[in-house]
Amino acid sequence: MSTPVLELSGISKTFGAVRALDEVDFHVDEGEVVALLGDNGAGKSTLVKVIAGAHTADVGGGIAWDGDDVTIATPADAQRLGIATIYQDLALCDNLDIVGNLFLGSERLHFPGTLDEVEMERRSWELLDSLSVSIPDLRVPVASLSGGQRQIIAIARSLLGRPRVVMLDEPTAALGVAQTAQVLDLIERLRDQGLGVVLISHNMADVRAVADRASVLRLGRNAGDFSVADTSYEEIVAAITGASDNPVSRRSTRAGQEPLATEDQR
Amino acid sequence: MSQQTPVAEDPGQGTVPPAPRRDPRLLSVITGPSGWWSAIKRNLRSGELGAAPVVIGLILIAIVFQSLNDRFLSPQNLSNLTVQIAAIGLMTTGVIMVLLLGEIDLSIGSVAGLSAGILGVTVMRHGFPEWAGILTALGVGLLVGLVHGVIFARIGVPAFVVTLAGLLGWQGLHLFLMAPDGTINTRSDGLIAALTQTYFVAWIGWAIVALTLLLYAGTVLTAERRRRSAGLPYKPLSEVLLRAGLLALALVVGVWILNQHKGVSLAFLIFVGAVVVLDLVLRKTRYGRMVYAVGGNAEAARRAGINVVLIRISVFGIASTLAAMGGIMLVSRNIAASTTTGGGSELMMAIAAAVIGGTSLFGGRGNAYSALLGGLVLGAITSGLLLLPNVDTSVRFMITAAVLLVAVILDAVSRRGRKTHARGGA
Repeated sequence: MSTPVLELSGISKTFGAVRALDEVDFHVDEGEVVALLGDNGAGKSTLVKVIAGAHTADVGGGIAWDGDDVTIATPADAQRLGIATIYQDLALCDNLDIVGNLFLGSERLHFPGTLDEVEMERRSWELLDSLSVSIPDLRVPVASLSGGQRQIIAIARSLLGRPRVVMLDEPTAALGVAQTAQVLDLIERLRDQGLGVVLISHNMADVRAVADRASVLRLGRNAGDFSVADTSYEEIVAAITGASDNPVSRRSTRAGQEPLATEDQR
Repeated sequence: MSQQTPVAEDPGQGTVPPAPRRDPRLLSVITGPSGWWSAIKRNLRSGELGAAPVVIGLILIAIVFQSLNDRFLSPQNLSNLTVQIAAIGLMTTGVIMVLLLGEIDLSIGSVAGLSAGILGVTVMRHGFPEWAGILTALGVGLLVGLVHGVIFARIGVPAFVVTLAGLLGWQGLHLFLMAPDGTINTRSDGLIAALTQTYFVAWIGWAIVALTLLLYAGTVLTAERRRRSAGLPYKPLSEVLLRAGLLALALVVGVWILNQHKGVSLAFLIFVGAVVVLDLVLRKTRYGRMVYAVGGNAEAARRAGINVVLIRISVFGIASTLAAMGGIMLVSRNIAASTTTGGGSELMMAIAAAVIGGTSLFGGRGNAYSALLGGLVLGAITSGLLLLPNVDTSVRFMITAAVLLVAVILDAVSRRGRKTHARGGA
């Protein structure tokens, strides 16, 4: 088996008295979509932020890129390696126009160090055309766009840096049916181009539609790594909730009289 | 409302079909003079007021004061006006940088006073050459700004509090330095005095106009040609020429009037130069883009890999350096540094000028030309009232307050307009 693009081993992260991540292992291969699953508070967002450089992990764990040990201390480190992250809040600057947001932090310059607006706008059109996105005017402030358009701008922006790993935090949560399908198509296109995609989603339908592998976190620990194609919906849900006996499987088997077994897992 | 701004379809719903480069939903397709007119109307209605209210305000001020005293629009008075606004104008330019970050700097008046004091003390008491005194004053200004920036951005004390401490502390240091004298007169024939007493002969003024127009037309035409060859929407030649024509008209009339008196003043040239340089830095460089980004959404800027702390520190450094330049101009005009230099209404006037000029107090919106426009408005009011008999500072403060309120109300109303017309509310 080839070396994963990104491999984390034994990553911990403590916030005060709270251990958000406890010895977590995680890896992404080229050309695969990994769904990062877990209930609220399982540590998904913390793990993503550690990978993206927004948080630094506690001493002890290791991060390997193409098999080489690296440290990711700042978002710039992550970007330099080729990790792009799209957070749920999209992190767009409402006062800047679309081109300004797409190239924020990686502006193209030309002769005496000035911004090359023409080149940036041309590449923005190319990029959005290649994603079959139509926005009338790239020079309007991002504040004037709809939620779906903002999501697309945020995803498009991550592609400009030619990343090798793209992390999407709940990319379809705020989208309508058709735009969700568009985003899922986009994720498949990224995989086909050989990118590693990390998909954080609560939507199991989305996960089953595009993910190759599901990595489950529970209360800050690894709770299983499944091939989506070979695993049933119930098995994944069981890993997320921490018990084979959980409200979801009870519903599907109509067994639901026993007391909850999920509460005493701490 | 028949004419909408280019807003896309129903938020978040429905697929977007592939479309040609020139999107059919886009109304602002400018074709000829009628297109400009409808574009202007649409912008005004949707709250993109631009410089229009300030320009109209300036015209109103000119009409009112000219009817009260016909010396108001005389070349001599206008020429004096350009020198008078330079000091506070430079301070305003610094304030605008800080306002773009969404922060405030209350210390600029004190920093201007401190730099005036240092200039006076180093040159007259310690025998520094005048250029060295100026550099020392600027250096201290920069240092003060960096200290503010570090305490604000690194340690996380709100900028309001840091610069409030600066307002008190630097004024204290200023008084301490000037202690035995109270006033230090500087030489009336040296470099310092020359800053506000130099006027250029007519041909230099015209040369500046020609050079500016050449550079403007050259860069704009090159940019539009590049856009055209890159297949991007571009402004037609007629529009470029119209804009260049308006700029030429303003420059020619301005220089012609100033040449009627003594010519273009060095002080005004320094101020306008600072504004133009700052504008180019803000709009054309990566640094300027970062300043806007931090002001718009600091968290997004940080995640995009921008060093937010460094940007903030540098902006406070620039603001205080410009305030120090303002202080030097104050010394030059009074040919003296005194304990009251920079301690009066300078701070309030500088912030008011920035807001009147159209820079938002909430960060991320505004431009360098606010300093010029706002400075002209406040300078014109001051100058016009000075020409009236029996009018003192009390009236000036009240009128300035009214103008400031009108400006802020216009900003609030236009912000609402931008929200309903989806132009971004911040």
